[in-house]
Amino acid sequence: MPTRDPKERARDFFEVTTGYTMEMALNEAARCLDCKNSPCVSGCPVGVHIPDFIRELKKGDAESAYRVISLSSSLPAVCGRVCPQESQCESKCVRGIKNEPVAIGRLERFVADYHNENCKEAPILPEKNGHKVAVVGSGPSGLTCAGDLARKGYEVTVFEALHEAGGVLIYGIPEFRLPKAIVKKEVETLKALGVKIEKNTVVGRTITVDELFEEGYEAIFLGSGAGLPRFMGIPGEQLKGVFSANEYLTRTNLMKAYKQDSATPMIRGGKVAVVGGGNVAMDAARTALRLGADEVYIVYRRSMDELPARKEEVEHAIEEGVKFYLLQNPVEILGYQNPDDRRDPKNGWVKGMKVIRMELGEPDEKGRRRPVEIPGSEYELEVDTVIMSIGTSPNPLLKQTTPGLETTRHGCIVVNEEDCATSKEGVYAGGDAVTGAATVILAMGAGKSAAKAMDEYILGKKN
Amino acid sequence: MYRIVRKKRLNPTVTMMDIEAPAVAKKAQAGQFIILRVNEEGERIPLTVAGFDREEGTVKIIFQVVGATTMLLDRKEEGEYITDFVGPLGVPTHTEGLKKVCVVGGGVGCAIALPVAQKLSAQGCEVHAIVGFREKDLVILKEEFEACSSKLTLMTDDGSCGRKGLVTEPLKEALEAGEDYDCIIAIGPLVMMKFVVATAKPFGTKIVVSMNPVMIDGTGMCGGCRLTVGGVTKFACVDGPDFDGYLVDFDEAISRSAQYREMETAAREKTCNLFKKEGAN
Repeated sequence: MPTRDPKERARDFFEVTTGYTMEMALNEAARCLDCKNSPCVSGCPVGVHIPDFIRELKKGDAESAYRVISLSSSLPAVCGRVCPQESQCESKCVRGIKNEPVAIGRLERFVADYHNENCKEAPILPEKNGHKVAVVGSGPSGLTCAGDLARKGYEVTVFEALHEAGGVLIYGIPEFRLPKAIVKKEVETLKALGVKIEKNTVVGRTITVDELFEEGYEAIFLGSGAGLPRFMGIPGEQLKGVFSANEYLTRTNLMKAYKQDSATPMIRGGKVAVVGGGNVAMDAARTALRLGADEVYIVYRRSMDELPARKEEVEHAIEEGVKFYLLQNPVEILGYQNPDDRRDPKNGWVKGMKVIRMELGEPDEKGRRRPVEIPGSEYELEVDTVIMSIGTSPNPLLKQTTPGLETTRHGCIVVNEEDCATSKEGVYAGGDAVTGAATVILAMGAGKSAAKAMDEYILGKKN
Repeated sequence: MYRIVRKKRLNPTVTMMDIEAPAVAKKAQAGQFIILRVNEEGERIPLTVAGFDREEGTVKIIFQVVGATTMLLDRKEEGEYITDFVGPLGVPTHTEGLKKVCVVGGGVGCAIALPVAQKLSAQGCEVHAIVGFREKDLVILKEEFEACSSKLTLMTDDGSCGRKGLVTEPLKEALEAGEDYDCIIAIGPLVMMKFVVATAKPFGTKIVVSMNPVMIDGTGMCGGCRLTVGGVTKFACVDGPDFDGYLVDFDEAISRSAQYREMETAAREKTCNLFKKEGAN
């Protein structure tokens, strides 16, 4: 897919990839063999009927292709951009055995963008079935669950803590990877289906799960997201200039610090170290570049082969000039302190990071080789900003305020994998609140399974 | 959108507003906070709940005009609306079982200390209040504190109202005189709380402080509000805002509170100039 020149794009927030033209899309669609057993579908967590939509596209009917996708996915324009297709649908593509697999994700994006640009028709409203359901959180799992239930005729209300709907799609994933206008458009599509969104409502504080039942909601889906950012517990993490990736990205995306005239204060420029190797770390590093950093380093304790981020994101980061400091781990963040002047404005700010080199040892229980410190290999890396991107731990709020809701030792909500049912009757859960930090599409898959189970639960109750 | 039902200027830099937010008013308790945005492009700022009227469905906020956002908020009039108002957030102040408490408030922190003092008084607890201000013109909520405390000591830095000096002086005298408080609750500037803790320490009286660091979401997502409490990283938004005063690392909190000061000053000046220009037209 065409991408913009790395030198140019690394300094602005416009989208990195520019998408297919109709001609390119038709050429790519023509490569699909329309296999009878459609292995690609088995690789999709929400089960999009891939060969069916590509067949419509081959005829040049992108709108019809969109209708096929939207039978299974509430957020096609989002999935086409952020799904790790290389390890899902595309990994099963027969074309991929000898050659490049069909670029299913890019085709999905093309179809969704085509629809968003050209379709002015209002969606056909489903017939109401008279049942009320609530969805907590408007991220990928919540929106998917809400969309599926609305299509079945439920009266759906989504409760969102922030002032904007979209969850991680709005506050986390940056503009240059997923333009916010696209997320807004997908949310508008759901609203047109009749989904109500109550913003500024923190379930657990403003209203509890039990109170939602009292208000007549018959089933509730919890998709409250990943939760509290983790820190390493090393000295210096409370210095000025140390951020969680969540804070750094939220300031930039949700609070719009990517706009020069934004009211949100933001530390720009200087040398920035991002600790961690996941997709969020890549997003933070590339955001730092765009905010004007002179140098950006990814500091990761394992090697390139173990980087958990998507390959495409890593490649984009390298092209844009992010430097990878692999097999290294911070042991201390160093701060500036002027011994002669307590009022020196630089006091208490990050000036560097003490880093130790690592080597890979024996595989751990997950089969990944464990990184081991090399004694005496510490050195000092000069940096002005440190962004911790080492994962999250669950938000305790729902657990504390929902009697009967079982959580794991770590605080994740316990569910039955098949139908996403929690230990509390009528309450279902999915997404990062259950799995810990994972991907958009896995969360969507859970939202979908939960919607199906909630429908069966409510209908079963009535009979 | 959330309507401003009442607005009252308490002193030249401190304003009180009652905001129509029935869902928040229904649940709010002393010690909790809300987050608001004045307009579509605005920052999210946390403000501690200064009161609530469950029947009317309003939440009282009292704020000092310190930055661009509070300046914008202060320009809003009765009947106008603000874009976002979410809460109540944080853990309410624990008041169960307290029989005798000294509530120490400093400056605009008194606005937050008041509902705590009122709640204690309502549950039959003996309340001693010590409130401090820079000078006479900045004194707020004096009658309200009088109404809910059996003993009120008003301090000003320059002695222009009440006693001259800092809040730590009468607190020390009370503790030396053998007042057996179950708890001291201190709410005010970081430096004040730090020294209230230092004053109480030799006596070992339990002390609770209310922290109000920089926050974005206020629900435990961004980690911007983190503090070191007893050597462990805590989030003021979900673990607090109240903490054991002896365990809070105040020097670190003071340093962190200055992270955005330069940018905030610039933003305030920009907003100020904008208003001046508007005024000239």
